[in-house]
Amino acid sequence: MALLALDHARLRFGGIVALDDVSLEVEDRSIVGLIGPNGAGKTTAFNAITRLYRLDSGDIVFDGRSLRRVRPSRVIRLGIARTFQNLELFPRMTVLENVLVGAHPATRLHREREQRRHALETLADVGIAEHAERPAAGLPYGTLKRVELARALASLPRLLLLDEPAGGLNHEEVDELVGLIRRLRDERELTILLVEHHMRLVMEVCEHVHVLDFGRTIAAGLPADVQRDPAVIQAYLGGELAA
Amino acid sequence: MRSRIATVASLLIAAAVLSVLPFVISDYNVSLVARVGVFFIAVLGLDILTGYTGQISIGHGAFMAIGGYTTAVLSRDHDTNLIVTMLIAFAICFVVGLLVGLPALRLSGAYLALVTFALAVSVPLLPLKWSSFLGGRDGVQTSHEVSNLWLYGVAWAASAVLFVLAWLILRGRVGRAFRAVRDSEIAAVASGIELPVYKTLAFGISAAYAGVAGSLFVLANNGFAAPDEFGVVLSLQILIGAAVAGLGSLWGVLAGAAFVGLLPSVSSSVPVIGSTHGQDVVFGAAVILVMLLLPDGFAGLLTRIRRLARA
Ligand SMILES: Nc1ncnc2c1ncn2[C@@H]1O[C@H](COP(=O)(O)OP(=O)(O)OP(=O)(O)O)[C@@H](O)[C@H]1O
Ligand SMILES: [Mg+2]
Repeated sequence: MALLALDHARLRFGGIVALDDVSLEVEDRSIVGLIGPNGAGKTTAFNAITRLYRLDSGDIVFDGRSLRRVRPSRVIRLGIARTFQNLELFPRMTVLENVLVGAHPATRLHREREQRRHALETLADVGIAEHAERPAAGLPYGTLKRVELARALASLPRLLLLDEPAGGLNHEEVDELVGLIRRLRDERELTILLVEHHMRLVMEVCEHVHVLDFGRTIAAGLPADVQRDPAVIQAYLGGELAA
Repeated sequence: MRSRIATVASLLIAAAVLSVLPFVISDYNVSLVARVGVFFIAVLGLDILTGYTGQISIGHGAFMAIGGYTTAVLSRDHDTNLIVTMLIAFAICFVVGLLVGLPALRLSGAYLALVTFALAVSVPLLPLKWSSFLGGRDGVQTSHEVSNLWLYGVAWAASAVLFVLAWLILRGRVGRAFRAVRDSEIAAVASGIELPVYKTLAFGISAAYAGVAGSLFVLANNGFAAPDEFGVVLSLQILIGAAVAGLGSLWGVLAGAAFVGLLPSVSSSVPVIGSTHGQDVVFGAAVILVMLLLPDGFAGLLTRIRRLARA
């Protein structure tokens, strides 16, 4: 059974239908790409899964349980952690503190020293341990993306939602990210759903790709097949994907 | 490690100076420095709310009024030990703070400021409504008065206890949750932080501190609680104290408390030509000046000095 399933999810903002009857499944321990042109509804899907937005109809099921009545602050306790497209960090806290907040639900049970050790390990795991004591504000964009990733990992999630993890990264950083995402999945037995415009990254790490356009599913399947799909090429104006 | 030693050393120095001070200065000055201790507690309380969770309050004078009347009434009617009345004031204001925090959940920024301002305006009017119990315009007098030295000792002992309590609450998980709420509510929620719990908790703690400050404020006022003493100006003074303090520094809170605790009496001796309100003019001018020169308060100034010293 799939770890996460959207079941005929529908959500509109006034006249805009942001999610139009979207159904998709994410298998346990898979890496799935959610792609589509700007405004397709990708971030909206993440916000619906994390309960920031409420579906008008349809359902979202995680690990066999409907999320319809789950409070936003409970989502992480079920094992779903996320990053944000435009960074939602705690700028006036240190990098380490940012990660410690990510472990908030778990930290009641552990001693401060243990929590710090675990947070430092997580920072080391994503390669930014040397920034631990710096305030988040003022660090380079690529580093901040990693801070968000570490914060999400700190809760030991089963499902990780990454909203444009390659956004704003240079060529080398994207290469590193490909390796990092794969390694995290393997070592932490994660399931990853990622939104991305960077097609090389999608093609290299995703095992399955789901394409939205104007809130509607226009294609789904293996990366190579989706890449050749005429509807997808049309949606992207025959650009990016074919190249 | 070095910074921790420095922190402990500065705490010890502050404690040493404060314990020697009353024996080398005049009785009048003892009462002034005791007053600073009273404001220290109030400013510290507001600093927890605005500095840590980013919620604003222009109404902390109202919590001080509740604390002050608690002490005055309990002393008048039951001759309750004054220290005990402070603990009761702490508890009552904690609960009232939680309740005030509930509407605050739906409001932020200017709207929250307005609601707390309304509180500052309306709470001091309650004694007029229930005048038989709360003394009306004539106020409430405690069963006995305390000496300046007693007030000094209790105010600063309470300051020390509440400072350590704040440190214990804020250094770990709860303090981080407060600051996370301040920096990004969305990310805080996504990290599993229950906004209602932490926002109201901060209000409760902050109000409880103001309540104790209110008790001491009444004692500093010869044990007399009256509506006029708890006007809107008092709320503004605490707000100004917190702004002068900046965020999360003992020295900042001390500076903020000294600023609002001492300036009125210092400035009353400064003549301002053509004004019968010379004191208010000087106070207002000083506030504007400090805000212009220290946008991050005294704590921000200390950070800048430290950075300069290192460079
Ligand atoms: N809170 C909101 N209020 C109103 N409209 C919204 C809101 N959130 C999203 N939308 C609209 O819903 C549609 C989908 O937006 P969404 O952010 O999900 O797109 P996206 O696929 O993430 O795009 P991008 O690749 O640019 O990030 C857009 O038309 C957007 O304007
Ligand atoms: Mg988006």
